[in-house]
Amino acid sequence: MAEPVIAVRALHKSYGEREAVRGVDLAVEQGEIFAFLGPNGAGKTTTVEILEGYRQATAGEVSVLGADPQHPPAGWRERVGVVLQELRLPSLLTVRETLTMYAGYYPSPRGVAETIELVGLVAAADQRNSKLSGGQQRRLDVALALIGDPELLFLDEPTTGFDPAARRGAWELIADLRRLGKTVFLTTHYMDEAQFLADRVAILKDGRIVAEGRPAELGRREAGAVTVVTFGLPAGVAVADLPAEVAGRVRPVAGVGGRLELATDSATRDLAALTGWAVGREIELDGLEAHRPSLEDVYLELTGP
Amino acid sequence: MKGGLLLHQYRYDQKQFWREPAGVFFTVVLPLLFLFLFVSIFGNDTTEIDGRPIKASTYYVPGIVTLAVVSATVVNLAITFTILREKGLLKRVRSTPLPPWVYLAGRVLTAMVITVLMVVAVVGLGRLVYGVSVPSRTLPGLALTVLVGTAACCALGFAMTAAIPSENAAPAVTNAIMLPLYFFSGVFIPDTSLPEWMRSFASIFPVRHLFQSFLEAFDPGATGAGIAWDHLGVLALWGVLGAVVAARYFRWTPRG
Repeated sequence: MAEPVIAVRALHKSYGEREAVRGVDLAVEQGEIFAFLGPNGAGKTTTVEILEGYRQATAGEVSVLGADPQHPPAGWRERVGVVLQELRLPSLLTVRETLTMYAGYYPSPRGVAETIELVGLVAAADQRNSKLSGGQQRRLDVALALIGDPELLFLDEPTTGFDPAARRGAWELIADLRRLGKTVFLTTHYMDEAQFLADRVAILKDGRIVAEGRPAELGRREAGAVTVVTFGLPAGVAVADLPAEVAGRVRPVAGVGGRLELATDSATRDLAALTGWAVGREIELDGLEAHRPSLEDVYLELTGP
Repeated sequence: MKGGLLLHQYRYDQKQFWREPAGVFFTVVLPLLFLFLFVSIFGNDTTEIDGRPIKASTYYVPGIVTLAVVSATVVNLAITFTILREKGLLKRVRSTPLPPWVYLAGRVLTAMVITVLMVVAVVGLGRLVYGVSVPSRTLPGLALTVLVGTAACCALGFAMTAAIPSENAAPAVTNAIMLPLYFFSGVFIPDTSLPEWMRSFASIFPVRHLFQSFLEAFDPGATGAGIAWDHLGVLALWGVLGAVVAARYFRWTPRG
């Protein structure tokens, strides 16, 4: 198997007394869109800026495109595109001028016109950057990261502060990068963003990775390990009357009076027992529902206090 | 190859300079306006250099040249690079293969070209409108002062960014330092009207030495090539100090 594009082992970063990153291990393969998910202050940006070469790790091993980002070999920066968390654009130049200026920094850049088209800024190409909307500015920011035709892109919270339409637009743009064969390292605190874009997600909390996997698998959801069945019982029927196979595992739903839930890793059998019992007694199970926890549920549970 | 890259960067820096109205006003318009004002008000007065009388208009041309050089270099670079740093544009450009020195040199080249333009404009206007003769025999003194002064002042501009915490503070800090120095150094008000302590105090700082070097080149009574080696020497020392401070404290990432 090819060497991963990003390989991190036992990464630590301290600012004085404060430990921002406490032992992160990562491997991102070529062509993957990898999302780093976590609340503000979890250590996402610190980690990304170490990978980009802006910050020095306190301890641990970091390899990006086979090199130490602190001591990049000649040609390394040409292969890496960076979008920083805050917008960084020269306000007095136009979109086209900014891209042409940046294109000049690279030995074999993408075409300026073609890149403007890729990020959907054709109509705004000759406007000053200061006149662009927030969404357009971020698109230009992404275009600047793409102009050198990099293999690897870092996008630090690319859609924070966007309205829903602008966010959709940015997602489509990032999804296009997959078609271009780029490896993308994305940080976000939006679940839906990670779910929509990422091949793999790592959830970061207090400087540690607390879960990692494909978005659909996180929290062992795909294996059906946890399905939650919720229902209500009519008046006069008690939990103790439920069939013996399930009665011991049924709990009241916190905060919702009269609702019961059953967390199960064999939903089919438990539902059969429950519904068979109800049909036999001509009982209607009020609002019967079976669902797998969403990525958001998993995220909130993992990153909660 | 690197030279081509520098010219590429320079083109966009020059473009950005001329699109910033405040910068153009203070760097280009204000010195010309001050030349007009000071010469109109005091032009026919007489002042002295080393006890010899000269016309005030002859005195003000090197004075305004000094103002123009300081504005285009120290003030311009200190404000521009503080803004670039705080807006994260310096950080952004570090993620590209562009060698960092090229990014700095593009702005320095911009400052130097504007300096030369302004020296030509002030000296030219002084000649055409006010009949102040252009140095010929002392042209080496003028040229050398432009060269040493610009280099020293660019270094000092980079050094000053270290003392400026935010983009909003940049114009205030630079003006708070430069405005008194212009007055103390005799740039706006001739030496003969300044108290002794003020001149002594100003002699510590580079603005006065830059002005004295220019004055030497415009002094009708100057001997030789109009080169004030003593003043140029102090100026060069300030330049070295600026370069050392800049090398040690210049930051690429925002403070805020």
